[in-house]
Amino acid sequence: MLTAILTGFLFSILLIFAGRFIKGKLSILASLVPLGLFVYFTQFISSISNGEIIMRSYEWIPSFGVDLGFKLDGLSLLFSLMITGIGFLVFAYTSSYLKGHEYLDRFYGYLGSFMGAMLGLVLSDNMITLFVFWELTSISSFFLIGFNNTNPASRKSALTALGITGIGGLFLLAGALLLNNIAGTYSISEMLTMSEAIRGNEFYFLAVLLIFGAAFTKSAQFPFHFWLPGAMKAPTPVSTYLHSATMVKAGIYLLMRFTPVLGGEQIWNTTLIIVGGFTMLYSAFHTIFRTDLKGVLAYSTISALGILVFLTGLGTQEAFLAAAVFIIVHALYKATLFLVTGIIDHQTHTRDITRLSGLNKIMLPVGIAGILAAISSAGIPPTLGFVGKELTYEASYHSESLVIFLMIAIVLTKILLLYAGFVAGIKPFTGKLPEEHSNVKMPGFIMWAPPLLLAILGVIFGVAPFIIESALIKPVVTSMGGDASEIHLALWHGFNLVFILSLITIGVGTALYFIIKPSKKLEEGIAKFDFIAPENILEKFNKLFIMISNFWTNFFQNGYLRNYISIIILFLVVLVGYIMVGNTRFAIDYNSLSKITVYEITTTLILIAGIFYTVFTQSRLAAVAAMGVVGLSICLIFVFYSAPDLAMTQFSIDTLTVILFVLVLYKLPKYLKLSDYKTRLRDGILSTIFGLIITTLALEVLSEPVSKEVGDFYAANSYIEAHGKNVVNVILVDFRGADTLIEISVLSIAAVGVFGLMKLRLKMKDRRRYADTRLSEENENKKQ
Amino acid sequence: MRTTIILKTASNYLLPVLLVFSIFILLRGHYLPGGGFVGGLIASIAFILHSFANGLDKTKELLILHPGFLLPVGLAIAFLSGLAPVVLYDLPFMTGLWSHDPIAILGSVGSALFFDIGVYLVVNGVTLTIIFTISESA
Repeated sequence: MLTAILTGFLFSILLIFAGRFIKGKLSILASLVPLGLFVYFTQFISSISNGEIIMRSYEWIPSFGVDLGFKLDGLSLLFSLMITGIGFLVFAYTSSYLKGHEYLDRFYGYLGSFMGAMLGLVLSDNMITLFVFWELTSISSFFLIGFNNTNPASRKSALTALGITGIGGLFLLAGALLLNNIAGTYSISEMLTMSEAIRGNEFYFLAVLLIFGAAFTKSAQFPFHFWLPGAMKAPTPVSTYLHSATMVKAGIYLLMRFTPVLGGEQIWNTTLIIVGGFTMLYSAFHTIFRTDLKGVLAYSTISALGILVFLTGLGTQEAFLAAAVFIIVHALYKATLFLVTGIIDHQTHTRDITRLSGLNKIMLPVGIAGILAAISSAGIPPTLGFVGKELTYEASYHSESLVIFLMIAIVLTKILLLYAGFVAGIKPFTGKLPEEHSNVKMPGFIMWAPPLLLAILGVIFGVAPFIIESALIKPVVTSMGGDASEIHLALWHGFNLVFILSLITIGVGTALYFIIKPSKKLEEGIAKFDFIAPENILEKFNKLFIMISNFWTNFFQNGYLRNYISIIILFLVVLVGYIMVGNTRFAIDYNSLSKITVYEITTTLILIAGIFYTVFTQSRLAAVAAMGVVGLSICLIFVFYSAPDLAMTQFSIDTLTVILFVLVLYKLPKYLKLSDYKTRLRDGILSTIFGLIITTLALEVLSEPVSKEVGDFYAANSYIEAHGKNVVNVILVDFRGADTLIEISVLSIAAVGVFGLMKLRLKMKDRRRYADTRLSEENENKKQ
Repeated sequence: MRTTIILKTASNYLLPVLLVFSIFILLRGHYLPGGGFVGGLIASIAFILHSFANGLDKTKELLILHPGFLLPVGLAIAFLSGLAPVVLYDLPFMTGLWSHDPIAILGSVGSALFFDIGVYLVVNGVTLTIIFTISESA
C-alpha cells in the first residue's frame, strides 16, 4: 500500500529526468500511472465489501508513536478509487488539453505528487501521517493553481488557497496533538475503540473545533469558501481533479472519518448542519450571479460540499447513506461538467455563458456528456443523481428536529443547483449557434471521451444501482459507524412526499432556468455587496498586515549599519540594566585583584588616547589607524595576563581589520564631517552607559564564587583524552570540535555572502525584467 | 598604487617565510599557543602583503585557484575528520583518533590535526575571499 502511495511521488521525481520524453507525443502514457493504481485498488473491492479492513503499518518514529499506518476500509477505498479513476481520465485529458505546452512535464509532476499525497491522506490511519499528506495536498495544489505563473491573478489565487488550506492544516495538527493527549494514541482505529472516553473528555469541545477548522477550510465551507472560486484560475484539468472530485472532499473525508470517533454529540451535529446548510444555500444562490462557466461550477461545488457536510451533520443512518451516494454522484457529474467546460474553453476560447449556445451542432459527444451530467446534477431519473437526491430528501425528512427548515433549505438548494447544472451542461449545447463560434472545431477523441464516460457511468449507476451498492456504498456506511445490512438502493422509491418534493424541485428548477438568464447585469449587481464578503475582509486585513510590517522593517532595518548597532546596544542596555538594577552588590574584593604594574598603566593610557583620537579625528584613515592602536593595546593586555593564544589571534585579526577598513575607505572622500554634534553626544552617552554596564557586569562576575569544575575538567583531561597540552586548542578542535565545525561553516557562508553581494550583481537585462514584472503586478493591484 | 622597492623585494621573501611560519603555528597548536585559526590568519596576511607589494593580479596568478575554493575543501577535510571515527570504527561523530607511535617532526598525529588543517584552510579562504572581493570592488 505504501508503494501505491509513493508511486505518484516517484512518478514526479522521475519526470525531472524523463520529462523531455513525456512532453511530446508520448504524454498520453502518463495516464498509465493512475490507471495502474486504479486497477490495483479495484482488486480490494470484493474483500472490503465482505467487511474486511486491510491494515498496513511501517515503523517511522516509534518513540513518538508516529508510524506509517495505513488502513483500507470502505471509506478510503471509495476515495482511492475516485482519486485514481478520475485521475486516470484527467491525466489522459490533459495530454490533449495542454498538448505541446512548454511545461507539460512539470504539470504532470505536480499532478503526480498531488495524487500521491491525496492517496496518502485517505489511507492514513495515523493522524500525524494524515497531517503530513494533508499539507502535501495543499502544497501540490498551490503549484497546480499557480501553474500559469506569469499571470499575477493566478499567483494570487494560489497564494490565497495555500494560505487558507495551510491554516486548516495547522488546525489539523493541533487537533492531532490534542486527540493524542486525550486518547494516548495517534492511531484513528484505536481512537475508534475509545470514542466514549474522548467524547466525555473536558477537551472534547476544543478537539471538535480544531477538526472542524481543518475540514471547513479544506472543503471550502462558509466563511472560508472564497479560495475555491479563486482557484478556478488553474487550468481546467486541475479544477476537475482537485476542486470537484478529490482535494476539496478531503475535508468531508475527515469529517466522515471522525464521525464514529467524535460524532453523535449535539455540538458536532448542530454545527455541521448549520455550517453545511448555510454554505449550501448561500453558494447555490450565488450561482445565479455568475456568467463565467467555471464560476458557476465553483459555487455549485461549494454548495455540494455544503450538502455533504449537512448530511454528515444529520448523523443518521439514512444521512450516511445519502452522503455516500452523493459523493459518487457529485464526483461523476461535476467532473464531467468541468471537463466539458474545459473543452468549450479550449475550442472557443471563452467561458462566458452569455456567449455560448448551440455548440451541439459542432461537438455532439461533448454535448451529450454535458446534458447527461446536467440531468444527473438535477436529479432527474434515471440517473444516479435522482437516487442521491431522493436519499438526501429522505434523510432530511426523517431528521429529529426542525424538519420544516431543513427541508426548505435542502429543496431550495437543490432547485438552485438544478439551475446551475442546466446552465453549465445544457445552455451551451442548445439554441442557435452564434456567428462567432461557427469556425469552432470538434475536439479530439482523448478530450471528449473522459467526460462522456463519466456521464454515462452516472446513468448506468442510476439504472442499476446494485452495481455500486454492496461494492462501495455499504462499506462506506459501515466505516462511518452505521449499520449497512438493511440498505437497498433503488431508482424507484414509491410515490410519497419525497417523490412529490422531487417533482417540485425539477419543475421549479426548470422554470427558473427558463426565466433567469445569466447576464452581466446580475453579476454586477452582486458585486456591490463585495465589501462584506469574507474574501475582501481578509484582503483588507492582509493589506494592513503588510503596512505594519513595512513600517516595522523600515524603522528597524533602514540600511544604516550605525542604526542597527545603536538599536542592538540600546536593547542590551535596557535588558541587562533592568536585570542588574537591584541585583548588583558593587562589592569589589580588592585583595583578590593582582597588582597593577607600570606596563599595564602605560598600555591603558595608550589605549585611552587611541579611543579619543578615533572619536575626534577628522580623517577616516587616521581613525582606522587609531582603532588599530586600540586593538593592539588590548593584545598587550592579553599578553600580560598570560593568554598568548588570544593575543596571537587578536593581533592577526586586528591587522586584517585595519587592512579591510583601509580598503573600504580608500575610495571615500578624504575629509568629511562624520556626524553632527547631537548625534555624537547621543552615541557617546549610549556607548558610555554600555561600557559601564559591561564593566559592572565583569566585576560582578569576579565577585561571584568561582566554579572551576569545567576548567578543571578540561585541564585534567586534555592530555589524557586528547593528547594535547594546549588546553585552548584542544577545546577548539576536540572537546568542542562540533562548535568549531559550525563556526567555520558560518564563516564560509559569510564569505560567500560577501562575494555574492559584491560580485554577482543582477545583470542589467535581468534587472529590467524584474522591474517590469513588479510594475505590471502593481498595476494589476491598483486595478483591483 | 605606488609601492616601494623595499616592500616589493621583501614581500617576495616574506611570503614563503610567513607561509612556513603559519604552518608551524598550525602544527604546534596542540602543545603550545597556536592552531589552525591563527595559522590561517597568518597565511592570509602573507598573501595580502604580497598583493599589496605586487598587485592583486600577481597574487591571484600565484594562487592559480580563487581562494574561495579553499572553503569547500577545508570544510570537507574538517567534516571528514569528524566522520572518520563513525565510518571506520563505529564510534560517535568527532571522536578523537590517534596514531600509536609518534611520527617524526609532527609528534603523535590524530584526527584533530586534520580537523585543524580544515579550520586553517577555511579561515584562510574566508579572509582572502572577503578582502580580495572588497579590494577589487573598491
